[in-house]
Amino acid sequence: MNRNRPLLLLAVALAACLAWSAPEYAAAERNIILATTTSTQDSGLLDVLIPAFEKKTGYFVKTIAVGSGQAMAMGRKGEADVLLVHSPEAERVFMAEGFGTGRRLVMHNDFIIVGPAADRAGIAGMKSAVGAFRKIAASQALFMSRGDSSGTDAKEKAIWRAAGIKPEGQKWYQETGLGMGQTLNVASEKQGYTLSDRGTYLALKKRLDLTIQVQGDRGLLNIYHVIEVNPEKWPKVNAAGAKAFAAFVTAPDTQAVIGAFGVDKLGSHLFFPDAEKREEDLGR
Amino acid sequence: MELILDGLRKAFWLLVTMDPEVFGITLLSLKVSGLATLISTVVGISLGALVALARFPGKRIVVGLVNTGMGLPPVVVGLFVSILLWRSGPLGFLGMLYTPAAMVVAQAVIATPIVMGISIAALQQLPQKLTLQVLALGATKPQLARILTKEARLPLLAAVMAGFGGVISEVGASIMVGGNIKGYSRVLTTATVMETGRGNFETAIALGVILLLLAYAVNLVLTHIQQRERPR
Amino acid sequence: MSAPAAVIEGKGLSVERGGALTLDVPYIDVREGEVLSLIGPNGAGKTTLLQTVAHLVPFAGEIFFRGRRVGSDYPVLAYRRSLAMVFQEPLLFDATVFENAASGLKIRGLKKAAIREAVTEALGRFGIMGLKDRSARSLSGGEAQRTSLARAFAVRPEVMLLDEPFSSLDPMSREPLIEDMEAAVRTTGTTTVLVTHDLMEALRLSDRIAVMYGGRILQAGPAEEVMNAPADEFVASFVGAGTLLKGQVNGAKGDDVAVITVAGRQIEAAGRIARGERVTLYIRPENVTLSIPDGGAAEGPQVTSARNVIPGVVTRVASMGFYQKVSLDCGFPLVSYITGESREALSVAEGRRLTVSFKATAVHVIKKS
Repeated sequence: MNRNRPLLLLAVALAACLAWSAPEYAAAERNIILATTTSTQDSGLLDVLIPAFEKKTGYFVKTIAVGSGQAMAMGRKGEADVLLVHSPEAERVFMAEGFGTGRRLVMHNDFIIVGPAADRAGIAGMKSAVGAFRKIAASQALFMSRGDSSGTDAKEKAIWRAAGIKPEGQKWYQETGLGMGQTLNVASEKQGYTLSDRGTYLALKKRLDLTIQVQGDRGLLNIYHVIEVNPEKWPKVNAAGAKAFAAFVTAPDTQAVIGAFGVDKLGSHLFFPDAEKREEDLGR
Repeated sequence: MELILDGLRKAFWLLVTMDPEVFGITLLSLKVSGLATLISTVVGISLGALVALARFPGKRIVVGLVNTGMGLPPVVVGLFVSILLWRSGPLGFLGMLYTPAAMVVAQAVIATPIVMGISIAALQQLPQKLTLQVLALGATKPQLARILTKEARLPLLAAVMAGFGGVISEVGASIMVGGNIKGYSRVLTTATVMETGRGNFETAIALGVILLLLAYAVNLVLTHIQQRERPR
Repeated sequence: MSAPAAVIEGKGLSVERGGALTLDVPYIDVREGEVLSLIGPNGAGKTTLLQTVAHLVPFAGEIFFRGRRVGSDYPVLAYRRSLAMVFQEPLLFDATVFENAASGLKIRGLKKAAIREAVTEALGRFGIMGLKDRSARSLSGGEAQRTSLARAFAVRPEVMLLDEPFSSLDPMSREPLIEDMEAAVRTTGTTTVLVTHDLMEALRLSDRIAVMYGGRILQAGPAEEVMNAPADEFVASFVGAGTLLKGQVNGAKGDDVAVITVAGRQIEAAGRIARGERVTLYIRPENVTLSIPDGGAAEGPQVTSARNVIPGVVTRVASMGFYQKVSLDCGFPLVSYITGESREALSVAEGRRLTVSFKATAVHVIKKS
C-alpha cells in the first residue's frame, strides 16, 4: 500500500469519530447521566418522561439502565449524576455514607407473587408475603429468583430473611440471573412461583401461564426515590443537571403524568405518584 | 417454532413499514460497526504487513499475542475501555463514555486483532521466494508491501469480513461503553438483549433477523468485491 | 586478448548460516556480454551466490557494479534495478500475462506507452503475445516460465540472473524455451549469470563456467578449460572427463557428415552444418578407442567405421578403479577410457604413440557459437 494512504484513511476515520461526538464534548454541562434500573426502563415510563424533560430544559439525558446495585455503585464513583432507584435499604446506606445530596420520594408500585394456577403451595389470596414464602418453602414448590442484585431481587431476599428461611442451594429454588421479563417466562414455562413487579407482569400477562397469587402486602411496596449524587465527592458530577431532573420528576405536572401512565395500554395504573408524601405513610 | 415465525413476521412488518426506531437502530449499527471495521482494516492490515514481512527477535511471541487477541472476549474489551473512559479514568476528560464514538473505539479494539491476525497468516502463506522476486524486480519496501498485499487480497478481504462479523454481532462491549441509550447509542444487538430481557421475544427475534439481513447484505457486497477481483 | 570489462565484481563474499559458512567466495566477476554458468551439485552454494550477487540476502563482503561499490557508491535500489532475476518457479502475480510482464516496468515508474512497447517486445521474444490477456493461474508450466522470462527481459536489464529456470519444466517444454532464451540473450547481448546443475545446459549456453562445491568456487574459466583441464579431482569428477573442442566447419562429406577443423586437424562429425560455422564439440571418453599404430604409420587405413582416426601421444595415465583414464595429445587434448586389460595389452604409458579413433556419431556438436 502507498505509505501515506493507510495513515490518511485512519486520520479521516478518527476525525469522523471525534466529529461525531464533538457536540457532546463541547456541551458537557448539557449532559446528564441518569443511572436507573432495568425494570424502570422496561416499564416504558422513562420513554415518556425523558423526552419531556429534555424538551423542557435542553439537557441531554443518558439513561443507563443497570441493576440497582450497579446504579448505586456508579453513584458512588461519580460516574452518574442522578439516580432513580428502588432499593430503600441500600439507598439509606448510600446517603449515610455521604454519596448523595438529595433523596426525594418519587413514586411507588408494588410487587406481586405470581404462580401457576394449580397453586401447589396453596398461597392464593394470602395477605402476607412472608407467610406465602413460608408455605412455598414448606411445600418445596418451584420458585424462580432473579438472583441478579436488582431491586426486585433485593426485595425478594428481604422477604426470605423476614421469613427466617435460607432458600439458596435448595433444589426448588432456582436463580435465573435474568431480567424480570425473562424470569417470568421461565417461571411460566416451568410452572413455578416468582416475585415480580406489577408493571412487567401486566405487560406480559397475555403470554404467561401465571396468575397473581398474593398482593397488597405493605411489604410488597416498591418505592422509588430520585437521588442527586454529591458533587463534593466527585467534582465532575453535573449537580445542576441532577437538581433539575430531581425537581422535574417531583413536580406536580410530571407526577400527574406518572399517575396516568399505563392506564390506556394495560388498563391499570403502573405507578403511584408520591412526591408529596412521606415514605412511612405509604401503603396505609 | 411458532415464536420464530412470529418473529419473522414481525421483522418483515418492521422492514416494510420502515419503522423509524428500528430504522434508526439499524443505521446506527451499520455506522458504528462500519467505522470500526474501517479503522481496524487500516490498522490491522498495515501492522499485519509489518509483522509478517519484517524479521525481528520475538516475532513468534508477537504473532502469538495477536492470535490470542483474536479471541479477546468483547466484554473484557468493553470493561477496559469503560474504565479508561470513566470520568475518574485517564481519558475521562474526553467525556466519551456512553456515546457511539466510544462504541466505535471498543469495536475497533475488538476487530483489529482479528484483521491483523488473519492478515499475517494471509501474507505468510505467500510463497517465500515471491518476496525475493519482487525485490529482484527492483521494488522499494513500500512497493513490496503494496504488491504482496495485492497478491494476498483474497484472504485479506476475508480478514475484513471476519473483522466486520466480529463487531456487528458484538453486544457486551457495546452495552458497557454505549449505554444502550434510546435513539442515541442503541444498536441492533443491544436492543435485542433489552427486548429479550423484557420478555418481548417476538421483537427480539425480529431484531435478530434484521441483524442477520444487515450482516448478509454487507458480506454480499464484500464477497462480490473479493470474487470479482479474480481475472478470468 | 584482454578480457572484457567486469560488470559485476564480488569481493570477499561470505554467508553464514547456523554457524557454518554456506558461501565463501573471495572473488567473482561477471564480464560484459558473457554468459557465466554456476554449476555444481545441490547444496554447493550456487543459489546463495546468485542471491548474494543480486543483493537480495544479507552477506558479508563487497559488490561492485561497474567499479562502484554497491551500498556506498551506488545505491542498492539502483543496483537491483539494473538486474533482473528469474527463479526455478515462475512466481507470477495473480494477474494477466501482460500485467505480469509489465510489473518490473511499473515498479520503475515507466509510462503506459513505454510499458506497452517494452512488454510487447518481451512477450514477442518468448512467443507468448497471444497469451497476453490470459490469467496467470491458467498457464501451463512452460507458458508461466516464459512469462517470467518475459517479465525479466522487459526491463532490459544490464545483467540477467537465472536460477535453474528450466529445471522444473518437462523435457518437451524445456528445449524450445532454452532456444528462445538463448536467442534472446544472444540478440540483446545481455550479460547473464546462469545457475544450473545440468552440465550440458551450461556447456551449451555459457562462455565461462564456475564449478562450485561447499560454498566455494573450485574453478572458473572458459568452458573448454574447465572441461579439459579440471583444477582438481572434484571438478574433474563433476564435469566428467569428456573433451570439449572448438573449431570451424570447412566442408562436408556426403549428406550427413561435417568436416571441422580443430587446431589444424580435421574432425568428422555427424550432422549437417553450414560451412564457416563455428562450433563446440564434445567427445565422451568412453567413445575414444586406442589402438597400436599399424606398422608405425601415423594414420591407419580406412577399415573401420570410425571416421576419425588420428595419431596421438599419451600424456598421462591414471587408474580410476574400474577403468583407466588416458589423456592424449592429438594436436588437441583428448581423453579416453580403457580397461586395465587394454592398458596392459597396448602398453599404455606416458609418451607412447598410439592411434586414436572415434566415430563421427560420437562427436556431439553442443552449440554453434
